[in-house]
Amino acid sequence: MNLQAEIPLDYMIVLSTIVFFVGLMGVIIRRNLITMLMGIELMLNAVNINFVAFNHYLFPHRLEGHFFALIVMAIAAAEAAIAIALIINIYRQFATVSVDDVDELKY
Amino acid sequence: MTGPKIIFFILSGAIVVFSILSISSRRILRAAIFLLFVLVAMAGLYYMMNFQFLAAVQLILYAGGIVVLIIFSILLTSQIDSKLDLPKKGHLLSGAITAIGGIMLSAMTILQFTFQPARLAPVDTDMRSIGLQLLDTGVHGYALPFEVISILLLAALVGSIFIAQKNKT
Amino acid sequence: MDFSYTILILLLPVALFFIIGLLGSKMNPKVSGMIGTSGLFIITLLSYVTAFNYFTHRTGEVFQSIEVFQFVWLPFTDRLVIHLGILLDPLSVMMLVVITTVSLMVHIYSLGYMKGEVGFARYYAFLSFFTFSMLGLVVATNIFQMYIFWELVGVSSYLLIGFYYERPSAVAAAKKAFIVTRFADLGFLIGILLLSFYTNTFDFIALTDLNGPAIAQSSGVVFLGMSVTTWAMLLIFMGGAGKSAMFPLHIWLPDAMEGPTPVSALIHAATMVVAGVYLVARLFPIYHFSAPGALEVIAYIGSFTSLFAAVIACTQLDIKRVLAYSTLSQIGYMMVALGVSGYGSEAGLGYMASLFHLFTHAFFKALLFLGAGSVIHAVHSNLMTEMGGLRKHMPITHITFLVACLTISGIPPLSGFFSKDEILVAAFEHHKLIFAVQWIVAGITAFYMFRLYFTIFWNSNPQYNHVPHESPPTMTIPLVILALASVFSGFVPFHDLVTSDGRALITEFHWIVAIPSVLVGMVGISFAAVLYYKKNSKPETVAKGLKAFYTMAYQKFYIDEVYLFVTHKVIFQFISRPIAWFDRHIVDGAMNLIGNTTVFFSGSIKKMQSGQMQEYIWYFTSGVLLLTLLIFYLN
Repeated sequence: MNLQAEIPLDYMIVLSTIVFFVGLMGVIIRRNLITMLMGIELMLNAVNINFVAFNHYLFPHRLEGHFFALIVMAIAAAEAAIAIALIINIYRQFATVSVDDVDELKY
Repeated sequence: MTGPKIIFFILSGAIVVFSILSISSRRILRAAIFLLFVLVAMAGLYYMMNFQFLAAVQLILYAGGIVVLIIFSILLTSQIDSKLDLPKKGHLLSGAITAIGGIMLSAMTILQFTFQPARLAPVDTDMRSIGLQLLDTGVHGYALPFEVISILLLAALVGSIFIAQKNKT
Repeated sequence: MDFSYTILILLLPVALFFIIGLLGSKMNPKVSGMIGTSGLFIITLLSYVTAFNYFTHRTGEVFQSIEVFQFVWLPFTDRLVIHLGILLDPLSVMMLVVITTVSLMVHIYSLGYMKGEVGFARYYAFLSFFTFSMLGLVVATNIFQMYIFWELVGVSSYLLIGFYYERPSAVAAAKKAFIVTRFADLGFLIGILLLSFYTNTFDFIALTDLNGPAIAQSSGVVFLGMSVTTWAMLLIFMGGAGKSAMFPLHIWLPDAMEGPTPVSALIHAATMVVAGVYLVARLFPIYHFSAPGALEVIAYIGSFTSLFAAVIACTQLDIKRVLAYSTLSQIGYMMVALGVSGYGSEAGLGYMASLFHLFTHAFFKALLFLGAGSVIHAVHSNLMTEMGGLRKHMPITHITFLVACLTISGIPPLSGFFSKDEILVAAFEHHKLIFAVQWIVAGITAFYMFRLYFTIFWNSNPQYNHVPHESPPTMTIPLVILALASVFSGFVPFHDLVTSDGRALITEFHWIVAIPSVLVGMVGISFAAVLYYKKNSKPETVAKGLKAFYTMAYQKFYIDEVYLFVTHKVIFQFISRPIAWFDRHIVDGAMNLIGNTTVFFSGSIKKMQSGQMQEYIWYFTSGVLLLTLLIFYLN
């Protein structure tokens, strides 16, 4: 399947940009720790699209982007595991997962 | 309008719509499900680009692992029928401005630039070549990052158990 | 002749100061007193040996100035180098003898006088420190070293005046003495800087060299109608006037009597207060050749001070204050003598007379103070109204005090007669008006001294709480020694030894001066005898007859009040207060403004540091976007 002729690289990158900023906005506007985590996952995936798209379009003779995406996924998995452990711990301490209510150390 | 193009637009449309829905939905469980849709659509995108292995990993790891983890934590920490608070006006505005501005700026830059597609013959992306390269110690081998990632995952595993365990004495 | 042992004269007192000062609290007070006294005895012997060696080994006709030591102390630049050293010439050797003798007597005397006082060891440590500073002052090789020791002398004087520091009046007196002399030393320092700037040297030998930069090649720079040298010498004299308590900087000396009496004898009668005279004598060639105007000023100020102080002394009731004013008056004499003196051979009579008087005065004034201390010790009061008839109780004190009174009144053949006579001769040859003033002052001196003497030892017999008794031998022996010194020091061939140019000069006996001066002394004594020999109402009658004048003199001519008015009402009101206001409102205000502005701004941006991740992310991303926009714009 000759994708290069059908869809330009620009489309892919614009798509990843949109997903990235949507994820960023999710992180910014939501006060719930779990939704923030979801925003972060979106951003990571947007980056993955970039890696894969560049690999496929510009350096098809290598697999660098591919492996980077793999590593990012592994890290995302580790990050999600840790984050969820933290969230559960916080919930146990404060009975909430809203960042506004977790302000023990503020000021 | 060719087949791949149609599939691409369907997939990318799904990605954009569901990602926006996943951050704007006030029901957190639904948000997680929308996220799952986004991730699955991305796996389709990878598949389109000939990275079957990556698409599989995406499905297994994200859809099967992380989203399930997130749903678990949601079930552990929230009432199922509770709605998220509406975001504050100021936060919504500033976040929207940043996001839209960022998208505009980036898109402008990207569209102005003309990429020169490579004319080189693509390499095989089957499991065999990926596995060989992943465990290769040569110039383009990924044995060291692979091992480092495995250690990182182990550490994350132990760390998250330690953090989440109930009675720390 | 090798004089290198003279370094011990300086090192021993410092060692004593540190030994007694650091270990004094650990040892028996008696032991510390004995250490101090015996150490000073050695120093005195060394000084005598130095004097003997120096005066018996003259080369040729002239006494040479010998720089025994000369260390480089502060090499600032090639031209600005400050030395420390020891200079021996007739003047400094004579001062060594005077200082060590009086200091030794005071040390011995204090063993009895200060017995049982709290801080006995501290007292001896300070005495050693003072002796060190004073000796360092007189052997200084250059004017800067002299300035250093000059200040050290001021400090030790401050410490000793404030010895009874739990007494507010002593503290006030110590502060007053320090501040007044310090103020005067400001002039001294400026004078030193001026002088050395135009002569490129600090060294006394170079400064007083007749062909040197200060005299033969003095710069012709003129400022406000006077040569710069004259200004410098006047400012230096200001320092000397402060230390020697010349009018109008005399106000600290009477108050300084708050210190222990032996201290008054040592510092405020015999040694420190003559430092001003010593200073002028040391720089005398410059005064004479380059700044005759300054010398005139010195003569007039000395003359006025001697008259002024003598008048006040007649009215005071505190015996130490009488002696303090008498000291002022006598130092005035010395200043007059220097002021009227010429340079070289017979013209230098005044110079010789001044130092001769310094020499004899040290002995008889120390004797007077120590005698007064003995009386105070017995009666436990300073006021002469509470004394009387003490001759039966204290025979030795009585006799020695009488000797001192006769000496200061200038009765032949006691030493005061010779020295005062030389001064009067010098004044007579130079300036008739000054001579007349000094002649009258001689009479007043005799009057007030015998007023003191008769009131203490004759007059009425007040009821004492306990019968006064003669002081212990440690106190009477110094009295006797000093009395002998007062009697016989007049026979020292001073005109052979200490003269303006180092050559011996021939003195003639001027009947025309000697007879009136003795007569006026006699008249003064007679007046005192008539008024105070027996208790009667005549003193009150006289005081009433001269009521206004008496009150003024009793109130010391209101000089202290003038000072208070000037400082409090004028300087504090119109200078210090605006400056304080400026400091508090403008300087502090500027600082507060900076502080408050910072607080205000940090308060207003404090909210940015909310601790919320999302906001930080937002700041970060919008910052990145703005930077990107900026780069686009610039491109």
